[in-house]
Amino acid sequence: MRLSELGKQQTASVVGVEKLQADDAIAARLQDIGFVAGETVKVITRAPWGGDPILVQVGTSRFALRREEASRIVLQQGVQHG
Amino acid sequence: MAEMALRIALVGNPNCGKTALFNQLTGARQKVANYAGVTVERKEGHFFTASGHRISLLDLPGTYSLESASQDEKVTLDVLRGQHRGEQAPEMIICVADATNLRLHLRFVLEVQQLGLPMVLALNMVDAAQRRGIHIDVARLSAELGIPVVETVAVRRGGVDALVKLVDQTASKIPAAAAALSGDLHQQVRRIMADCVSIPQLSDAKVDAIDRWVLHPVLGPLILLLVMFMVFQGVYSLGKPVTDLIGDNFDQLNKLVAGLLPDGPLRGLLCDGLISGLGTVLGFLPEILVLFFFILVLEESGYLPRAAFLLDRIMLSVGLTGRSFIPLLSSFACAIPGIIGSRSISNQRDRWTTILVAPLMTCSARLPVYALLIGAFIPAHSIGGILNLQGLVLLGLYLLGIVGAMVVGWVSKRLRPRDAQQPALIMELPAYRVPQIRDLALGLWERGSIFLKKLTGMILALTVLMWFISSFPNPPAGAIGPAIDYSIAGYLGKSLQFLFAPLGFNWQVTLALIPAFAARETAVATLATVYSVANADDVASLGHVLAHQISLASALSLMVWFAFAPQCMSTLAVIRKETGSRRQVVLSFSYMFVVAYACSFLTYHLVKAFA
Repeated sequence: MRLSELGKQQTASVVGVEKLQADDAIAARLQDIGFVAGETVKVITRAPWGGDPILVQVGTSRFALRREEASRIVLQQGVQHG
Repeated sequence: MAEMALRIALVGNPNCGKTALFNQLTGARQKVANYAGVTVERKEGHFFTASGHRISLLDLPGTYSLESASQDEKVTLDVLRGQHRGEQAPEMIICVADATNLRLHLRFVLEVQQLGLPMVLALNMVDAAQRRGIHIDVARLSAELGIPVVETVAVRRGGVDALVKLVDQTASKIPAAAAALSGDLHQQVRRIMADCVSIPQLSDAKVDAIDRWVLHPVLGPLILLLVMFMVFQGVYSLGKPVTDLIGDNFDQLNKLVAGLLPDGPLRGLLCDGLISGLGTVLGFLPEILVLFFFILVLEESGYLPRAAFLLDRIMLSVGLTGRSFIPLLSSFACAIPGIIGSRSISNQRDRWTTILVAPLMTCSARLPVYALLIGAFIPAHSIGGILNLQGLVLLGLYLLGIVGAMVVGWVSKRLRPRDAQQPALIMELPAYRVPQIRDLALGLWERGSIFLKKLTGMILALTVLMWFISSFPNPPAGAIGPAIDYSIAGYLGKSLQFLFAPLGFNWQVTLALIPAFAARETAVATLATVYSVANADDVASLGHVLAHQISLASALSLMVWFAFAPQCMSTLAVIRKETGSRRQVVLSFSYMFVVAYACSFLTYHLVKAFA
């Protein structure tokens, strides 16, 4: 599944970031800020009006991501909780 | 001769407290400019260490990485490598990291280390880390990284003493750069984190508690509305009286100087040109400063990215970004601080769109004109006992600007080239912090001086030009009409009339549009002059005269014109300064002219047909 599909207050483990094209700057940035394999992520909340963007906790940081940004992040659910 | 200053660069992730650290180290001894050729802010300051070393400190933009394509990151990388035009490479780097957010910030520390420059790490906000029970083994961290590590609390007095002492020691003998760690940086960070840092709780309970309210789907927007309301209330109740006071004083000064000088061009130049021009520039200042103050408080406290989070969706649908919100909100007071405020938008295209639509927000200078026209032409009918027709028309004019901005934003989104840098949000929501007086004061000083330094010259020059064309040539002997009728401006008004006649403007109204280009509110005074109303402050009698001279259709058309027209050359001047692009100014001017013309034309003919 993808981070854009993860429910509010749910936790999952990152498998990787998918590039939409060879030089996908957004994918590179997502990796820079900590969305890398094995990292635990949690959806803190969703914005009003359609639930986009979402607020995601990764490590000790929180980032607001738009749906199309979050959909680049591939997850594996049910591995870690907390 | 004094010894050469040691060049140190300050780098770090956004939200690491780097600016507070820079402020604490250099105090008011800072210089703000732009890097050569780009609109990235360059901040430099200096300080002396205990043993008298002079340190020149360069505050580089906060970035997450040195690899991605943004302008900030490119500048940071180029400067650190000594490849930026006109910049010498730093001799040493102070890398700043937030002790509560090391998982994120350490990766950047490792990346910077790979550049091979001597470096120290400032572990900032250690007080916040302690409060949250985060324990960091500083000695071990220093050993693993191979560089000195000092703890700092940038917002506390004496909180950077250890750093200054370390810089003092290294200044006389700069250590060689440590060998950078190789391999996957994220792997290295994980290993170091496991070795040196223990974190009991990933998120801060206090931040969680506040965010539950502030980001709540229903309460969040309501709180935002309340905050906006308070900012506006603040601008009007704190800024407006000072602006009025400045205006009154300049009027007094004007009268005083006028009394001292004989009638003639010199008196005109001094009083109507220079003094009133200076009055216009300074008159902007109080409201702008109050507005900046509130924005700085919201920024420093960490609320601003939350507001952007709540509004991103709505703004995105009209081609903007959540980050456009504050610049546009500021533009309701005045477009100038709004355009300067757009610096916080990292995506170039998003920033340009924001600058493009900012002047459409109804600024306070339009209000005197709206007040005059609404008072003269719209009856004070009450609708349903609560609403007033005059109030509704004013609200309509505000909405007209907002809808106009939405349409322009949407069109700009459609026109976005496919290959342009993709718009992204990816915005960090930092922990809440109490804004520090020092940082607020320095921030205000910086923005206020940008406004004064960059614009005073330009606005003054244009005001003097405006005075010149409204005063020369002098009326011929025995002339009966007001002097402005015979001036270049009067001539322009009459010769431009054919252009504005389709909008229902007579030559007097057309003439009033010329000084309105210097400052919108002056249109009222000009109309008073051309219609020979003795006292320009007597809005009621001017309104009475107007109601007899022009039709309702013309009046409504004029209001619509003021909502969209490319007026106020100060705004165009600041667009030129902020974008560094003449094309952007021409684009802004021409689209507003076309939109204003088309909408006024429609208004005039529709009202004429139906009324």
